[in-house]
Amino acid sequence: MSINIEMPKLSDTMTEGTLLKWRKKVGDSVEVGDIIAEVETDKATMEMEAFDEGVLSEIFVEEGQKVEVGRKLAILTEPGEKKPTKTEAKPSGKAKTTEAAPQTEAKKETPRPAPVEEKPPAPKPDEEGEEEKEEQPSGEATERAKVSPLARKIAKELGVDLSGLKGTGPGSRIVRDDVLAAAHGASKAVKARTEPVAAPKAAGGAPITVPAAEDKQMPLSGMRKTIAARLLESKTTIPHFYLQAEIDAEPLARLRKEINAEAESAGRPKITVNDFILKATAVAATRVPLANASFQGESILQHGRVQLACAVAIEEGLVTPVIRDADKKSLSEISAAIKDLATRARSKKLKPEEYQGGTITVSNLGGYGVEHFFAIINPPQSVIVSVGAIVKKPVVNATGQIVAGERMMLGLSCDHRVVDGSVGAKFLAELKKLLENPPLMLI
Amino acid sequence: MAVLTYREALKQALAEEIERDENVVILGEEVAQYNGAYKVTEGLWKKYGDDRLIDTPISEAGFIGMGIGAAMLGLRPVLELMFWSFAYVAYDQIVNNAGCIRYMSGGLINLPIVIRGPANAGTSVGATHSHTPENMLANMPGLKVVCPATAYDAKGLMKTAIRDNDPVMVMENTLLYGEKWEVPEEEYLIPLGLADVKREGSDITLIAHGRAVITCLKAADLLQAEHDIKAEVLDLRSIRPLDEAAILDSVRKTHRALAVEENKPFCGIGAQIASMIQEQAFDDLDAPIGRISSIDAPAIYSPPVEKKQLPDAQRVIAKVLEIC
Repeated sequence: MSINIEMPKLSDTMTEGTLLKWRKKVGDSVEVGDIIAEVETDKATMEMEAFDEGVLSEIFVEEGQKVEVGRKLAILTEPGEKKPTKTEAKPSGKAKTTEAAPQTEAKKETPRPAPVEEKPPAPKPDEEGEEEKEEQPSGEATERAKVSPLARKIAKELGVDLSGLKGTGPGSRIVRDDVLAAAHGASKAVKARTEPVAAPKAAGGAPITVPAAEDKQMPLSGMRKTIAARLLESKTTIPHFYLQAEIDAEPLARLRKEINAEAESAGRPKITVNDFILKATAVAATRVPLANASFQGESILQHGRVQLACAVAIEEGLVTPVIRDADKKSLSEISAAIKDLATRARSKKLKPEEYQGGTITVSNLGGYGVEHFFAIINPPQSVIVSVGAIVKKPVVNATGQIVAGERMMLGLSCDHRVVDGSVGAKFLAELKKLLENPPLMLI
Repeated sequence: MAVLTYREALKQALAEEIERDENVVILGEEVAQYNGAYKVTEGLWKKYGDDRLIDTPISEAGFIGMGIGAAMLGLRPVLELMFWSFAYVAYDQIVNNAGCIRYMSGGLINLPIVIRGPANAGTSVGATHSHTPENMLANMPGLKVVCPATAYDAKGLMKTAIRDNDPVMVMENTLLYGEKWEVPEEEYLIPLGLADVKREGSDITLIAHGRAVITCLKAADLLQAEHDIKAEVLDLRSIRPLDEAAILDSVRKTHRALAVEENKPFCGIGAQIASMIQEQAFDDLDAPIGRISSIDAPAIYSPPVEKKQLPDAQRVIAKVLEIC
């Protein structure tokens, strides 16, 4: 019995993956659950786990090579068995022997015929094997989705993933209207995609180097492609409008100092300004729930919980890991959560479910000295908070005197299909109130 | 504006050009004293006499060859074919002589002739009288081919054809001779190679020429009324030169195309158009290009069956519904 190992689809937008590293080499025996290889998807590096046992008899893809989903990577054979002949090694329909390490994600995929996880974990190779091999070539792999040339072109421009779309044209062909509907969030396929990427953010903290003498052509990484497609879709299909407010950051700085002084003596981690902003955003989102909503074409979905996404710059671009149920978390829980997520985001160890499903996003460029900006909305969310640096500047105080103050600019980008000016203003006012009276958010 | 039949509009064009240019003469079988087999030249002999309208023996090879010779010596003959089906006996004159003389003389000899007459099926005159050779002749470099669909176009295209310095084949339609359209009193010309949007639409482009344009307009009315499909009808008017830009503009607007013709399907005008569209506007297509033509058989003699052989509005609608 021989089993093809294929490039698994590890996220719903993944169309190709890079085989970063083989953890097993030809001749190695593989047990169920062994990590065979590391695969880089469009947004994370993931471990590829074996669901069958055997000997890795042949490898077709070299480390660093980028291949499409479903492409045969290697062959597992029974111990002692010869290498399969060429005809046996024909690619079959779907990856049957490997699955993404995070099971939850794999289960969200469209149902596959006879998925491996429904079977006993390690089928007896000698009994079931023969039958299974016979069935493989007749699999559904030959079905090619029908897409009109125009639909394909528009999908490429808008970054719409065709694989999940249902065609409404003759013979179920995917036509232009299907792609446009998907791009506008009316289609299920696009609704399901709640991925990374929110705000344009300078990558990395390193100083900008002197431009090289020669032009450099840089191929797009998976992440860069996703960023490009998603932000183009957002900026071209969502009617953005922008609000901003200046915050008196003095009380916040004072409270933070007190908390951190105590934390330091108790050996607890420090709280950052960003942690306060995240906490305030979570609280404000529960008080103005329409800001925590998604446009769905025919309806608006107001989310019951706040899944708080936070833009994190990483070497290749950015991701927006999500703090789950942030409305229920305390300041220190939020602080710990974002610290952990950001660290793992930088080492590309996030699992897809850790950066999917956000309902509202915060993007903070204050650390770079940016005083104020407006981020692009992270669809299907409706608002994104952009945070500037705290700067000292002259302010007119309550008694009409000019004094030195500490101020911070908050920007809010809103999807006008969901959030009207007054709702956005109410949300921003709530945020301002909380940040200027930080004890309020701790209650 | 005056309302004229297609036949009257053609006659006006011929009369105006006879008066305008002393070199214009009309030759053909029974064009003079009998007023033309289909009465297109009715009254012209009486008015302009033997010098301008000349009855010829029943020999297409003879009078077309004579017209070619006359054109080489400076006249502008208009040669009437009783049916375009009879052109085949003069194929050598049309293709080898008329089509090649300018090229073979190194551009020294122009050949300003018009060959005109009906080229259509649908009148139960049998397979040998029902040919539609626009595709065959458009296939010959050196020949121009026009197929007017309305009285307005027939007059404007005929006048331009007569003034053109190359051989122009004007293919008319006996079923349209009696149909009426508005035609302006004042003089106008329609350039060759300029298609005309006969009806605006946004969902599909119906590309047609000759009487198929009328069929498409009927189909477009029904598509709008019964299926809420807005079909654009593009009348090619001239097969060669072909207005490729107009076809591409329309397809880029509607993203769907159906070529309709009364010609036979094999190597038809629709095949040429479909190939051109997919080559130049592939990424603008939201559906495969459709074609409708006459059913692929010699013209059927039985009137009820021949009716089915030619494209009608119902066939166009059915095909549009398949595509949209």
